[in-house]
Amino acid sequence: MAANGVENTKQMSALIVDDDTIIQKIHKVIMTKLGFKTQVVENGKKAVDLHTSGCSFDVILMDMEMPVMNGLEATKELRAIGVEAMIVGVTARSSETEKQAFMEAGLNECIAKPLNMEKAKSLVKKLNKEDN
Amino acid sequence: MERNQLHRQVALMRKSLFDQWLLQGYLDDQFIQLEELQDDANPNFVEEVVTLFYKDSSRLLVNIDQALEKKPLDFTKLDGYMHQFKGSSSSIGAKKVKAECTQFHDYCRAGNAEG
Repeated sequence: MAANGVENTKQMSALIVDDDTIIQKIHKVIMTKLGFKTQVVENGKKAVDLHTSGCSFDVILMDMEMPVMNGLEATKELRAIGVEAMIVGVTARSSETEKQAFMEAGLNECIAKPLNMEKAKSLVKKLNKEDN
Repeated sequence: MERNQLHRQVALMRKSLFDQWLLQGYLDDQFIQLEELQDDANPNFVEEVVTLFYKDSSRLLVNIDQALEKKPLDFTKLDGYMHQFKGSSSSIGAKKVKAECTQFHDYCRAGNAEG
């Protein structure tokens, strides 16, 4: 099942990186509904490990505050190892300086949590545009 | 058949409760978003999320209670728990709880400043 439905025949994949089980559940349902194959990990280190072991994703939803390795560190690491996926920062903190620092770590976008259907659809639109 | 009836009744009661909370300003738009995500593929979505929220909240409230017993108060730890609680409350659309958490966060910041 492709996210777009018409042109794409390959199913897109999303990685959800968040330590909050409620957020994990909400984001997983949203991305699955939009046709993505989803995987969930609870901290930044696991996200990095997945990539170093050869996995790749079309979009990564990255929470900021997580134990072991937070979103900022994980984003930096992923970009450093050459990951080019769309990384979307998802944060509960609204401070501009923190958002800025997170963006500078290598995000494509930063949005306030939680994700909803509308925000997710607009992200998917951007993702499809970047592919063309 | 009786079990199904009971299930339906519980679902109706739950819906009324949430509708009331929505009207009274306890829940905000985020909760409506959650309701809209429920469908045939995810028939018990709202109930599952609410259950997770109650579990998380109970655990956090116990941690907060214990932290409040310590002398002197560890504001950083308290603030940490509050932040988690605020995050969960936002996810489910518990507007008032979220507001109270923000208030608590301000107190913690003030507390840290004094300490």
